[in-house]
Amino acid sequence: MSEREMEELKKLLKESMPAVRGPELRRDLWPAMRQRLAEPAIRMPWWDWALLAAAAVVILLFPTMIPTLLYHL
Amino acid sequence: MEVLERFAAGDPEAFECLFRQHQGEVYRWIIRIVRNSATAEDLTVETFWRMHRARARFDARKGNFCGWMRRIATNTALDHLRRSRREVELPEEMPDTRKPISAEQNEMRQAIFHAIDRLSPTVRATVLLALVEEEPYENIAKALGISTTAVKLRVFRGVRVLRKELSKAGVRP
Repeated sequence: MSEREMEELKKLLKESMPAVRGPELRRDLWPAMRQRLAEPAIRMPWWDWALLAAAAVVILLFPTMIPTLLYHL
Repeated sequence: MEVLERFAAGDPEAFECLFRQHQGEVYRWIIRIVRNSATAEDLTVETFWRMHRARARFDARKGNFCGWMRRIATNTALDHLRRSRREVELPEEMPDTRKPISAEQNEMRQAIFHAIDRLSPTVRATVLLALVEEEPYENIAKALGISTTAVKLRVFRGVRVLRKELSKAGVRP
């Protein structure tokens, strides 16, 4: 690929997608950061907990299924 | 103790001080990769969250805080691109994007977005930073943690894919 071809592609890219020149932050992000820091480290969605509870119930009621469950993990 | 040492030791005030001092710089770097201001704001917070978690691994005596920060910011932006492989969004801040454009120009723009979307996130970020943002190869190499030669190679590979995709779409660069 020649230098000229590279320059032509560069020009085409810049025409369609202008460079982002020095955009400033529109707001202070510290409040969002503080909120993020206050969140618990691991957040499991409720359906994960439900699935875990269901698996625990199945194991308690049918212990013979443990090898089957382990096989599928 | 200096602010970097206090940060590495887990001092919340030092972290806030560094956050306030560098949030704009991180945001300006990330927006050049993801090209969307709301996403860039979220990823700036995510970057500092990762820095906060990794603070114990930061060696304050070596002192290259900005390089370390930029590496984390780049990785955060790349992770975002990997998660959401969608069309490239145009920056809202660019006034000329709001100008009315012809149907032909719009078609070409769509072809370019589609071609860019075919690139892997790392190649896409490298191509955008090198060709659109005209960031020096050395800076891109440091941010990506690779050599300048590897950056040149990625740009070359990216350009080759772009040309191929644009040819398919009937656009001759």
